Amino acid sequence: MAAVSSGTAKVTLPTDTQILITREFDAPKHLVYKAWTTPELVRQWWHANRGEMTVCEIDLRVGGGWRYAMVAEGFGEVAFHGEYREIVPNERLVTTEAYEGIPDADANAAVDTLTLVEVDGRTTMTILVEHPTKEGRDGHIASGMEAGMQDALDRLEQVAVSLS
Amino acid sequence: MMLDMARAATTADAFNAVAEPRRRQILDVLAGGERPVNDLVAQLGLAQPQVSKHLRVLRQVGAVEVREAGRQRLYRLNGTALKPIYDWVSEYERSWSERFDQLDIVLEQLKEKEAGDGSSE
Repeated sequence: MAAVSSGTAKVTLPTDTQILITREFDAPKHLVYKAWTTPELVRQWWHANRGEMTVCEIDLRVGGGWRYAMVAEGFGEVAFHGEYREIVPNERLVTTEAYEGIPDADANAAVDTLTLVEVDGRTTMTILVEHPTKEGRDGHIASGMEAGMQDALDRLEQVAVSLS
Repeated sequence: MMLDMARAATTADAFNAVAEPRRRQILDVLAGGERPVNDLVAQLGLAQPQVSKHLRVLRQVGAVEVREAGRQRLYRLNGTALKPIYDWVSEYERSWSERFDQLDIVLEQLKEKEAGDGSSE
């Protein structure tokens, strides 16, 4: 039953430097928050079926750092890191996000604001990604395509089902 | 790959053409149907030379097309030229959808576990 999807992610570009991602989950917000901030749980979903997550470090306190890396099939390692700026447990997380594949990753880091709103046991998640420049924003979206990942999609859906 | 994309930013690509807010406004107006330049000038509140300049950029990337009708030049939207942008965002959206589908599975497990930890058994 676990493969039942609550909906698809909606992505919009509110301004030249922003990306807004929205998704609803059939779970209360404290569980979404837990799955989002607990390393052994993040390891189970962040890879998006594109490879193996090799690093998942989370130091969940303001000023604390995080680092995620994965080896994507046919692409090599992709890694991201950042720092927690604001933490409201179960509701809101503000972090920086630097993609290590570009020069001056930290200077070009985005600021991500995660918001969780629960209604009747369901949680709407929004992630607002704000880049310092339009080029950074465009590059960020391009990086989502880089690992050539959609090809693996159908095949991996079956794996997801088998995990349930 | 990301950097190539950033460097490729010339006005001669659809992404750059729509990066300018005024040009997006023109596309919004044209989405409602074919319009003469005068209409666009009136709706945008810009001087005609500026509107013409934006229209030129949009024509270069094929986002708008023009035809002569008597003494008027009528502009219309050409959606297919904007499809790369749609595809580009769609792909990003798909990568997040896959990730969230995995997260759904984790959440189901957490819910079951929480229900099991409760006093229901």
